[in-house]
Amino acid sequence: MKDRNHLSNVGLVHEVSIIENGLIDIPMLQILQPDGTPHKKVTVPDIDQQLALKIYRTMRFVRVLDERMVAAQRQGRISFYLASTGEEAASVASAAALEPQDMIMSQYREQGALAFRGYSTEAFMNQMFSNEKEANKGRQMPIHYGDKALNFMTISSPLGTQIPQASGYAYGQKMAGNEAITICYFGEGAASEGDFHAGLNMAAVLHCPVIFFCRNNGYAISTPAEEQFAGDGIASRGLGYGVKTIRVDGNDSFAVYAATQQARAIALKENCPVLIEAMTYRLAAHSTSDDPTGYRSKEEEGKWQQKDPIARLGAWLKNKGWLDEEQENKDLEKMRQEVLQELKRVEKVPICKIDEIIEDVYDTPPWHLKEQLSELKKHMAKYPEAYPKTSGRL
Amino acid sequence: MAKMNLLQAINNALITAMEDDEKVMVFGEDVGHFGGVFRATSNLQQKFGRDRCFNTPLTEQGIIGFANGLASQGSVPVAEIQFGDYIFPAFDQIVNETAKWRYRSGGQFSCGTLTIRTPYGGGIAGGHYHSQSPEAYFAHTPGMKIVIPRNPYQAKGLLLASIRDDNPVLFMEPKRLYRASVGDVPEDDFTLPLGKAEITKSGSDITLVAWGAQMEVLDKASELAQKEGIDAEVIDLRSILPWDADTVCESVVKTGRLLISHEAPLTGGFASEIAATVQDKCFLNLESPIARVCGLDTPYPLAHEKEYMPDHLKVFEAIKRTVHY
Repeated sequence: MKDRNHLSNVGLVHEVSIIENGLIDIPMLQILQPDGTPHKKVTVPDIDQQLALKIYRTMRFVRVLDERMVAAQRQGRISFYLASTGEEAASVASAAALEPQDMIMSQYREQGALAFRGYSTEAFMNQMFSNEKEANKGRQMPIHYGDKALNFMTISSPLGTQIPQASGYAYGQKMAGNEAITICYFGEGAASEGDFHAGLNMAAVLHCPVIFFCRNNGYAISTPAEEQFAGDGIASRGLGYGVKTIRVDGNDSFAVYAATQQARAIALKENCPVLIEAMTYRLAAHSTSDDPTGYRSKEEEGKWQQKDPIARLGAWLKNKGWLDEEQENKDLEKMRQEVLQELKRVEKVPICKIDEIIEDVYDTPPWHLKEQLSELKKHMAKYPEAYPKTSGRL
Repeated sequence: MAKMNLLQAINNALITAMEDDEKVMVFGEDVGHFGGVFRATSNLQQKFGRDRCFNTPLTEQGIIGFANGLASQGSVPVAEIQFGDYIFPAFDQIVNETAKWRYRSGGQFSCGTLTIRTPYGGGIAGGHYHSQSPEAYFAHTPGMKIVIPRNPYQAKGLLLASIRDDNPVLFMEPKRLYRASVGDVPEDDFTLPLGKAEITKSGSDITLVAWGAQMEVLDKASELAQKEGIDAEVIDLRSILPWDADTVCESVVKTGRLLISHEAPLTGGFASEIAATVQDKCFLNLESPIARVCGLDTPYPLAHEKEYMPDHLKVFEAIKRTVHY
């Protein structure tokens, strides 16, 4: 066995020298300025018209979906919704830099990544209405999507749990020899959870090809970032764990795309994690159960509306001559119609039969679950009017 | 057949599983080159390489989070939590993630290939934090299986079955028996059924139920009772979840009496669940109240360990009380 010397890389000083936060400058990559014009001497990523328009249209679709579903929740048609307004570029442009075989493990505000992968309007609605056509069988609250065919892991509510899981998933991809990585999304609030620290450290130590993508949107429900951490954002922590790190303007589709594309290449080639901190702003409420007027000003929101990621990419596309505005506006109207039509159609689809209640707890239902189901069905048959959604199909 | 102690049987099962399926990976704190603090993973890294048997950083929530992700990817993780007492930082990952992964995804994804190994139980002068029996916390979690072996033969067969079962299994190893329990174990691959209890001694006067290290205590108590003319039937539950109510109830129908014993504290222990089910299914067959001989409702004590433990004398006295009720 070789002798170790864990001091071999430690330099010496001879005066008390306490290191201060902020000594390392972590700048933010920005390619497009808020008005959509590229900075001088900047390399615009090599994105063709088709991909640039797909990013743009996906962001617009998500905003339409968000507006419509928040309204649907207000009307009492669904129980809950959570919009990503203002943060569309962070999820859509990062997903655009991935390959379809890469696993996405998201938090809950990354509907943009899912839409980019091709999750249909109908699938969104099925999930939101918890109906029997939904892949997760209506077992989770609205917005907890999951789709195996799209390599989008089913979302769970507890914050940060997906972070060490992504390290493990990526380790498995590496061991299986897949040309694939895992991307793991979370917010700056979730980065306070123990799982964040566990997950980054494990990924670094165990050489896992994973991108940790933090949407630093300034708020965890009502708690502003400055009450969440005292250090230099989330990026500074990556360095502490030996994780390659970059900070980007999360409202700049091109900065997000370029950083994610490079992070993916590094993760795959070097079998290592990369942390991306995307600086953005949650223009939406935390969820439909939240009202931001109690903790922030309209002025503050207004400043961030000026940095809107959709307008920014739209301006660039227009300057480039790639955007037919008239056509885009027609398409937007079509998106609105489609969302509305699917919503109306899907809300009539029934929920799963009651027998599904005991499925998927285990691979096959054990005796006690069968016993409980049988008792439940007898009871429901006696009082069918008390269980109107399922008693018709006992 | 070879003579093995319980640790050697575990080690042998892990080697068998890793040889059989290259997707099996074993990891946890100190399990790599060192082979684990109890040596359950000895030589695995040397045999199968660092990619398949490795140390993790010291983070239980990280170990299980990582294992969950790995399992959902299709690998077959066998994660070690060094002591059952240290499993609680991973409680959220186990209860909210491992156990619910399949259900919440409508069966699209699961952690079915995951096995969590952890030593549990007292009798080793370990105090609060090296002696607890936390099975009841996890028995309250739909989606988990919980398996506890009583000897080396059972350990190998049940561990191999747990690794291959398509459900997440918490495999709790009675550390008091790691070196103390020695027996014949087939060197070949074999499995024992999960969710199935075993009658280790048949009898007619009272049914005694336990699992893991507590089985030795039941055997001793049953011998003492036999000398007084009480013929006990002894059952090793083996699986806490799902548990084999049929075998226990059939036995109670025959004997009319039931005693359950575990090291974990009395209140809310798994004996309560067994007692509730048996009184429901066998009410008219019972000739005396169901007895529970368990740990006290105190933290696990160090100096008073001997007094705390539900030993053979406490079980013996409870057998007599139940039979002569």
